[in-house]
Amino acid sequence: MNSLQSKGFAPVVSHLKKDGREWTVKEKIMLGLSPKEYWAVQLRNPFNWVLWAIYAVGLPILVGRFIFGLGWVTHSSYDYPWGLFLGWGLFTMVPLSASGFMMGTTVELFGRKDFKPIERLGLLNGLLGYLFAVMFLQVDLGQPWRLIYPMFVSLGPAAVLFLVAWHVATYLSCQVAELVPAFAEWMGFPKAKQAIKKIVLGLTIAGIILSTLHQGALGALFTYAPGKVHPLWYSSSFQWFQFFVSAVFAGLSMLIVVSTLTKWFMRWRCDENYLNNLSKLTLGLAKGASLALITYLVIKIIGVAHDNDWQYLASGWGAWFMFEMVVGVILPLIFYTMAVRNSNASLARFSAFLAVFGLALNRLNTALITFNWQLYQEIPHWRELVIVVTVYATYIVVYRAVLARMPILYTWKENK
Amino acid sequence: MKMFNRRSFLKGGLAGGAAIAAVGTSKQAEAAGSFGGYPDSMGVLVDLTKCVGCRTCEAACNKEQGLPAPDKSFDDPSVFEEKREGGLPRRTTEKAYTVVQKYDVPGREHPLFRKVQCNHCNEPACLTSCFVNAYKKTPEGAVMYDPTVCVGCRTCMVACPFYIPAYSYSSAINPVVKKCIMCYDTRLKFGKPPACVEACPQEVMTFGKRKDLLKLAHQRISEKPDAYVDHVYGETEVGGTAWMYLSDVPFDKIGYDTHLGDQPIISYVKEFLAVVPMVLTIWPALFTGFHLLSNRKDALKNEENKS
Ligand code: SF4
Ligand code: SF4
Ligand code: SF4
Repeated sequence: MNSLQSKGFAPVVSHLKKDGREWTVKEKIMLGLSPKEYWAVQLRNPFNWVLWAIYAVGLPILVGRFIFGLGWVTHSSYDYPWGLFLGWGLFTMVPLSASGFMMGTTVELFGRKDFKPIERLGLLNGLLGYLFAVMFLQVDLGQPWRLIYPMFVSLGPAAVLFLVAWHVATYLSCQVAELVPAFAEWMGFPKAKQAIKKIVLGLTIAGIILSTLHQGALGALFTYAPGKVHPLWYSSSFQWFQFFVSAVFAGLSMLIVVSTLTKWFMRWRCDENYLNNLSKLTLGLAKGASLALITYLVIKIIGVAHDNDWQYLASGWGAWFMFEMVVGVILPLIFYTMAVRNSNASLARFSAFLAVFGLALNRLNTALITFNWQLYQEIPHWRELVIVVTVYATYIVVYRAVLARMPILYTWKENK
Repeated sequence: MKMFNRRSFLKGGLAGGAAIAAVGTSKQAEAAGSFGGYPDSMGVLVDLTKCVGCRTCEAACNKEQGLPAPDKSFDDPSVFEEKREGGLPRRTTEKAYTVVQKYDVPGREHPLFRKVQCNHCNEPACLTSCFVNAYKKTPEGAVMYDPTVCVGCRTCMVACPFYIPAYSYSSAINPVVKKCIMCYDTRLKFGKPPACVEACPQEVMTFGKRKDLLKLAHQRISEKPDAYVDHVYGETEVGGTAWMYLSDVPFDKIGYDTHLGDQPIISYVKEFLAVVPMVLTIWPALFTGFHLLSNRKDALKNEENKS
């Protein structure tokens, strides 16, 4: 599409075409191209070839998961009840999607209107991340059709997962509401946009509360397994706080990563306002992320000191822990700080990739790698991995499709 | 009945609705761990020194619970040599609610055999972690599981400190948790001992009120101090369990986790649970305040610009 743009293609930015007629919904969906052009563009894109390859292998296996059961795609481990579906799909995706509530807070609550150009990307990153976390959950649950049981059929309100379930569900609807304006502009429903404007403050505050609690709750879930998670990754007192604070830098870093990708691969869809502000905003996000990182580093150290886990640092697990801390926390912290000081957005972007990697490593370490550290190491079944890649590919497809259409990276031009 | 007070506190806190009411009662959350179980609950005392590894209990359980036929017959001793991943001994599975493990202990005349099944904890981790309340601790002491509401998240399996619940992964349409239910619906409910206990030819297991069994256990130890290590495993572990064990070999040598501590698992989750009502009550006020403040700044700036 980028090359198409250099040949003079102009993407849809308002209800009216150049010649003054209105775009139909179908034309908007086709990105303002004729069907023939549209499919030609799709076929030409090498990234789509990769996606088709993934689907060719992944879809049959995904379907097989529901026909033959979990036992067919996992090692059916009783000792490792949770595998990659949750380790990646829930415990990693959710913190990486914390950008939604933070952008809402920054713009709507703290009145930092200067972050406006990237607010919607933050919200969308949140919404889709949560949506696909639920998809991953649906793949993992033994009986996915009972997903609403904890809500309406049999309630176990004293359990941490109960809180996660309710909060993720409520928060998802919050995020949908927060993105209604983008959809309303695109479809041309001004009333819907007005309605949301009135409640946006309430939605934002609800978002903060729900996010604080369920991000923390994901950590608290591991406090049910005090002896199973390695002590360096476990802290009764601070686990929830560590998960919450790391979600803050992870969400911001993920937003930087995604915005960088859009700048590279979807430039045609970004408008001036977005592109011109991006470097400045990246540094703004970097500043926020570095504050969260330093907080995180401190509470990690307090966590180790509080439980007196120093002796573990000398073990192999200790080296692994230090690797995670240095590459995933300390280096990003240093790079972010340098980037902010020297106004170097590229360095901030590099740092963001590191921080996202660090977060993923931390969650996988907690949920899978150091889990059952006294027993043995479970290596996920290859089919499990294929399904994770397939669902994640779908996440990317949907993400890209929304970005290409709705006013996320560009401002909609209203016309009378 | 402290437990019920605490549970209702947690209900208020996590559901979010009754947040304010919950703040006042957070003291009861602190009381976690002090619940000693139902006073007249039943239990089983397992004397490992007597077990000969005949696996009659396994066969009895299989029959009583209507479990599928085992891969190897119940009199085949080769199962003892089977290792699961990590070189670990056999464990409970979806087809076996109880398994006997063999430990070769240096210096001991015979190998030691250990029967494994759900310990029916006083404050079960499986129960407290389940978000659809699929588990129940009956006054008789059994920890029951309701397969009709289970969603299959398997948090209970993560939470159980003894690695007991198994899951029927092989089923696509109705996978459920599989674990010992202390023969509740066929026997315990009527005051009868579990099938495995009754079937044992060596009388390894004694069925009775938990408090009486504790007395009996300590009596045995004091009568024959040389024949036992001075510990009743399950008396205090994770808040106490209905099934308890006596052994002549230190428990950590025969696969028991001796680092579990005396607190029930839920007490490790307590710190987070106490935070919940705080966030629910304080956050809205705090952030509305921030919002007003930052808007005031804007307003002031506008004033300045004007002047
Ligand atoms: S041993 Fe495990 S499964 Fe049995 S009651 Fe205790 S926590 Fe639950
Ligand atoms: S797997 Fe079933 S019983 Fe276990 S915690 Fe989840 S819903 Fe409850
Ligand atoms: S108590 Fe009943 S269900 Fe449990 S192991 Fe014994 S026979 Fe099996």
